[in-house]
Amino acid sequence: MQQLLFAIATMAAGVLACAAYFFGTNWVLDKLFPSKGLTGPVTSRNLRITNAVRPWLFLGPALFSLTIYLIYPVIESVWLSLHDKSGENFVGLGNFIWMFNDGEFRQSIYNNFLWLLVVPAAATFFGLVIAALTDRIWWGNIAKTLIFMPMAISFVGASVIWKFIYDYRAEGTEQIGLLNAIVVAFGGTPEAWVTLPFWNNFFLMVILIWIQTGFAMVILSAALRGIPEETVEAAVIDGANGFQIFFKIMIPQIWGTIAVVWTTITILVLKVFDIVLAMTNGQWQSQVLANLMFDWMFRGGGDFGRGAAIAVVIMLLVIPIMIWNIRNAAKEMESH
Amino acid sequence: MIASSRSPLIWFVHLSVILLVLLWTLPTAGLLISSLRDKDQLAVSGWWTALSTSTQNLVFRAPGADAQVEKDGKFVISGNLLEGQSGEVSAFGFNSREPTAYTPGETAEMNDGERLTVQADGAFEITSDKAMEGSRGQRIFYTAAVPPRFTFDNYREVMRAEGIGASFINSLTVAIPATIIPILVAAFAAYALAWMKFPGRAILVAVVVGLLVVPLQMSLIPLLKLYNGVGAFFGVPAKTYVGIWLAHMGFGLPLAIYLLRNYMAGLPREIMESARVDGASDFDIFVKIILPLSFPALASFSIFQFLWTWNDLLVAMVFLGTGKNELVLTGRLVNLLGSRGGNWEILTASAFVTIIVPLIVFFTLQRYLVRGLLAGSVKGG
Repeated sequence: MQQLLFAIATMAAGVLACAAYFFGTNWVLDKLFPSKGLTGPVTSRNLRITNAVRPWLFLGPALFSLTIYLIYPVIESVWLSLHDKSGENFVGLGNFIWMFNDGEFRQSIYNNFLWLLVVPAAATFFGLVIAALTDRIWWGNIAKTLIFMPMAISFVGASVIWKFIYDYRAEGTEQIGLLNAIVVAFGGTPEAWVTLPFWNNFFLMVILIWIQTGFAMVILSAALRGIPEETVEAAVIDGANGFQIFFKIMIPQIWGTIAVVWTTITILVLKVFDIVLAMTNGQWQSQVLANLMFDWMFRGGGDFGRGAAIAVVIMLLVIPIMIWNIRNAAKEMESH
Repeated sequence: MIASSRSPLIWFVHLSVILLVLLWTLPTAGLLISSLRDKDQLAVSGWWTALSTSTQNLVFRAPGADAQVEKDGKFVISGNLLEGQSGEVSAFGFNSREPTAYTPGETAEMNDGERLTVQADGAFEITSDKAMEGSRGQRIFYTAAVPPRFTFDNYREVMRAEGIGASFINSLTVAIPATIIPILVAAFAAYALAWMKFPGRAILVAVVVGLLVVPLQMSLIPLLKLYNGVGAFFGVPAKTYVGIWLAHMGFGLPLAIYLLRNYMAGLPREIMESARVDGASDFDIFVKIILPLSFPALASFSIFQFLWTWNDLLVAMVFLGTGKNELVLTGRLVNLLGSRGGNWEILTASAFVTIIVPLIVFFTLQRYLVRGLLAGSVKGG
């Protein structure tokens, strides 16, 4: 209770301080360079000054925290990746050389590529199929809401949900995990799914696909609805069947959106951490880069050099998408 | 589309969508149902059998000798195996090697001249000709068909004993300020980037778009060092709520600025120009006109940010301590997965407490969430 009061008080203080900054700086600016209701050369000079200064007052706090929390760390991480575990002695590319000789790192890279191949493709595919199917039935919106729901669930919560499904009991006893119960019902032998090397990757991927399909579905559904009716009608008149319309008329028109969904999920996959930590913590050859990086942050008192080097690798994988995004945004700004 | 909706294929569509919806909802449904089941039943049968009667092998310890009463020259201890709950005993025994040796109504002759009788409704009677001794009661093994039993006990247990209640408050303490403060900061910045003229604006927009995808992992180590340094310099703890609020703000700002800037840039220019002619400054225009008009975009972002901060594990693990007053729900859940890995009654109830708030937010504010997603992705492409 006391903590809740403290939280509310600090919250109010934080918000007030923030508001006070914006109101205060503007008030000071208007007092220093008054222009309201006045005329003359001094006034127009004042107006010019306030118009030049005010954008930076508005941007100030945002630029400050972006610099501290994102820009500075990127530079610092690159710098740290060239140093040893204490961050003081320069080791050149030593961390990277260690990395490529390290079995666990190679395992992580391999697993990450598996994730990158499977998860964006599967989530986009299911999203597209569900978007197309639900558009045709009267209860489509209810179905969409239910499939979208996992999006709100935390990765850890989802991991518990699926760990329960993968739960394993020794052969002969009653299985309380859904997957093993189904396997046993069909006459198979139960398995401890998350401990099977290689295949366990796919059991973990299912969780992320389950979460992300809703995202893909929502965006692709909007894109499908944005397709001009005439193109579909023309195809119908020409005698195309449902599948031809879908694959040859509709899909080509939403390629751009599919690419956006794909890249968004790709970035998420590169950062996947919680699921692996909660399900296996990298055991049974299921390690991925983000979890390995977190591991090295604290392993043996924390090795900042190696941790930073792994982070830099993740960053390098993201950079192509970053450039592509910036180009698109620039194009859009020009067309405005 | 119009043509195919009349064809028999539509049944195929209905069926496949039902199948997909089941696939996507059953995992969560299983969690919810399990969290409400009696923990003895949960441990031995799947949640899909929750509504059917289950057969269980159980043990009951009868009260000790001080509970005996003398009746017609015999000493009797009586009671009920099922302790008042409904169910049906199908077999019993007094020895762990033969737990199902007798059927209800039969009388078992025990080694020391005592006799045990158990009825199908669970009533039992131990009789003896001489007074019984010993404070430890007789163990009675029995097999019973127990009807489904639902309870809130699991929730009571996790809220108190497992610290989920305290973590719930911690999560709120993290998520609410970490949602509100960035909105205010981002809204001002978005307005400047959308409508104010100054050199370098295009570059700043490009920087924000670039920062959208910077992996969080890049920031962790440098910020951890920075926080430790600042904490040591001022003699304050390095891991505080203020620290994590600011961290969440920094990580959330690119998306916030991007979403809000796109939205504000789409507002009609005439409104602002007519206000400016009337002598309003940029500040007045922003506070009195733009902010109210941007409500949908503000709502979209705040939902994103709230879900993200509530569901976050990584930032909390690095920038917040693990004491009782700081550990958030996701962190607590990961700990429980380690320490109570087999206790599904604890895990399912804890997980459900963790996901209930996001689910409520999701179902009540879904409209804004969808709108935000569309604004963030389609326009960005």
